[in-house]
Amino acid sequence: MSIKFEKVGYTYSPDSPLEKLGLQDVSFELQDGSFTAIVGHTGSGKSTLMQHFNALLKPTVGQIEIADTLITPETTNKQLKNLRRHVSLVFQFPEAQLFENTVLDDIAFGPKNFGYSEEKAKESAQFWLTRVGLPSEIGERSPFELSGGQMRRVAIAGVMAYEPDILCLDEPAAGLDPRARQQMMNLFVDYQKEGHTVILVTHNMDDVVNYADDVLVMENGRLIKHDSPAEVFQNPEWLRQHYLEEPKASLFASQLHNFSFTKQPLTKSDLIKELEQNIKG
Amino acid sequence: MSKILIGRYIAGDSLVYRMDPRGKLLATIAFILLIFLANNPITYLIVTFFSLLAVLATGLKPKIFWDGVKPMIWLIMFTSLLQLFFTVGGQVYWQWGIFVVSSYGITNAIFIFIRFTVIILISTVMTVTTMPLEIADAIEWLLLPLKLFRVPVDKIALVMSIALRFVPTLFDETLKIMNAQRSRGADFNNGGLVTRAKAITPLLVPLFISSLETAIDLSTAMESRGYRGDQGRTKFRILKWSKFDLINLVYFILLTALLIIFRTH
Ligand SMILES: Nc1ncnc2c1ncn2[C@@H]1O[C@H](COP(=O)(O)OP(=O)(O)OP(=O)(O)O)[C@@H](O)[C@H]1O
Ligand SMILES: [Mg+2]
Repeated sequence: MSIKFEKVGYTYSPDSPLEKLGLQDVSFELQDGSFTAIVGHTGSGKSTLMQHFNALLKPTVGQIEIADTLITPETTNKQLKNLRRHVSLVFQFPEAQLFENTVLDDIAFGPKNFGYSEEKAKESAQFWLTRVGLPSEIGERSPFELSGGQMRRVAIAGVMAYEPDILCLDEPAAGLDPRARQQMMNLFVDYQKEGHTVILVTHNMDDVVNYADDVLVMENGRLIKHDSPAEVFQNPEWLRQHYLEEPKASLFASQLHNFSFTKQPLTKSDLIKELEQNIKG
Repeated sequence: MSKILIGRYIAGDSLVYRMDPRGKLLATIAFILLIFLANNPITYLIVTFFSLLAVLATGLKPKIFWDGVKPMIWLIMFTSLLQLFFTVGGQVYWQWGIFVVSSYGITNAIFIFIRFTVIILISTVMTVTTMPLEIADAIEWLLLPLKLFRVPVDKIALVMSIALRFVPTLFDETLKIMNAQRSRGADFNNGGLVTRAKAITPLLVPLFISSLETAIDLSTAMESRGYRGDQGRTKFRILKWSKFDLINLVYFILLTALLIIFRTH
C-alpha cells in the first residue's frame, strides 16, 4: 500500500489567463507506516501537493498510486470515496469545517459518511474527543462556543475518528501555544506508532527533526530533495539558499565555537549528549 | 490576490483599455439604445460594422467574444425563428398551417439576430476590458446626480466595491470548505434532490459563519482606520478623461449621425 507519485504535474486553471503552475514533475515513494514531513518556502506547493493525496486535486499529468487506488488525470469523482476513507486530509485552519449542533455530532460526521453505524460513530466520536485531549463534557456543547484551539482539536478528531490509514496534515499546529503544539504532535506520533502513515506539512523544523523519519523539500512546485532529516539538515548553506531554517539544536551548536561535535546535533537530546561528551572531555 | 475571474475582465492593453470606465459605461448604454434607431438593411449594416470595430479595437482574440455569445445562442436562434415563421407581410415564400415564411419574416429574423448579437458583443467589450471595481466607480459616478435626492450614493458605491472585493474570497472559502467536507466523506455530486439538499448543510453553515466573521473583522478594521461613514472620503483610484475618450466620443457621434441619416423615416 505504499504511496507512489510518478512525474506528477498540476496546473491551476489551465488554458485561462490565470493559468498557474502548482506542481511540476514530482516523483517520490513513501513507505507505509512512515512519518513524512513536507517543508518548503511559502507558496512552494506544499498544500497543492497535499490535496493530491486524497485526490481533491487530480494531477494534470502523471499518476499517483495510493491506498490501492490509481489516480490519473482521467479518474472520475465516483471512484474516490473509498480512497478518502483510507486517506484523510486535515486542512490548514480546519476549524472552518465545523457545522453540527454538537461537538460529538460533528466528530461523528466523517465516520457516518464512511459507513459506521449511528452507534459506532458516536462511540468513536466519544473516544477521539478524549484522545485529542478535550474533556468529555464538551461533547454536548455547540462547536461554535469553543475557543480556537479547542475547535482545532474537534476538527482534527473529526478526521481521525474513522481512522484513516494515511493521515495528511497541513500545518495542524499553526497558531497553537507551545504546549498544545506538543500535545498535538504527540497525538500524531502515537497514531503513527499504531501502524498508520502520517504526512505533515510544517514550517517548524524542530517538529521535523523530532518526529519525522522522511522529508520532502518543495520549491516552486518541484520536489528538490527527498531524504532523511539528518541528510536534509546537514548543510546549513543549502538550507539558507532554500529559505529553510535550521533546527534550534543545530543553530545552538553552530554558535559553540570551542566545542567539537562528532555529528551535527539536530534534536535537543542529540545536543545534550554531544555537550556531555565535550564536557567530560 | 484574486485567483479567480470576477466578472470577465481579461488583462490587456489596447485602445479600449485606456478609455475611461465612465465613458465606456455611457458608451455601452448609448450603443444599446442606438441600436433601436436601426430599421433598414443599411443601418443594421452600420451597427454591425461599428460593433465589430469596437471588438477589433480591444485587440483580444475573437474566441473571447464567441464565449460571450455562446451561452445565449439558443435564445437568439429561437427568437429569430419565431420572427421567421410568424411574421406576415411582403412576399410569401412558403406556408404551412400557421407557419409562414415571408420576405418581412426573413428580414425581421435577420434584424433580431443582429440586434441581439450586437448587444452581447458590445457589453462584452465593456466587461472584458474594464475591471469590476472600475465599473463600480463608473456606476457611482452615473448615480451622483441622485445625491440631490438624498440617495446615499457613496454608501451604495462602498457596498458595491466591498461586495466585489469579497467575491473571490467567498469563492476560495467555499472551495476550501467543500474540500474539507469531501475529505470527511461528504458527497456533493450524487443522490437525489433531498440527499443533495441535505449534503449542502455542511457547506452552508461554515460558509455563513466565516462570512459573518469576515464582515465583523472588516468593519473593525475599517473603524480602527478611521472610517466614519460617508463624509468626505477621498478616492484611491481617480478617474481621468483622456484623449482616448475623445476617440470614443467621435465614434459615437459618427455612429449616431450615420444611423440618423440612413434610417428610413
Ligand atoms: N486555487 C488556486 N489557483 C491558482 N493558483 C493557486 C491556487 N492555490 C494555490 N495557488 C498557487 O500555487 C502555488 C503553491 O501554493 P500552495 O498553496 O501549494 O503553497 P504552500 O507551499 O502551501 O504555501 P504556504 O506555506 O503559504 O501554505 C502558489 O504560487 C499559489 O499562488
Ligand atoms: Mg499551504
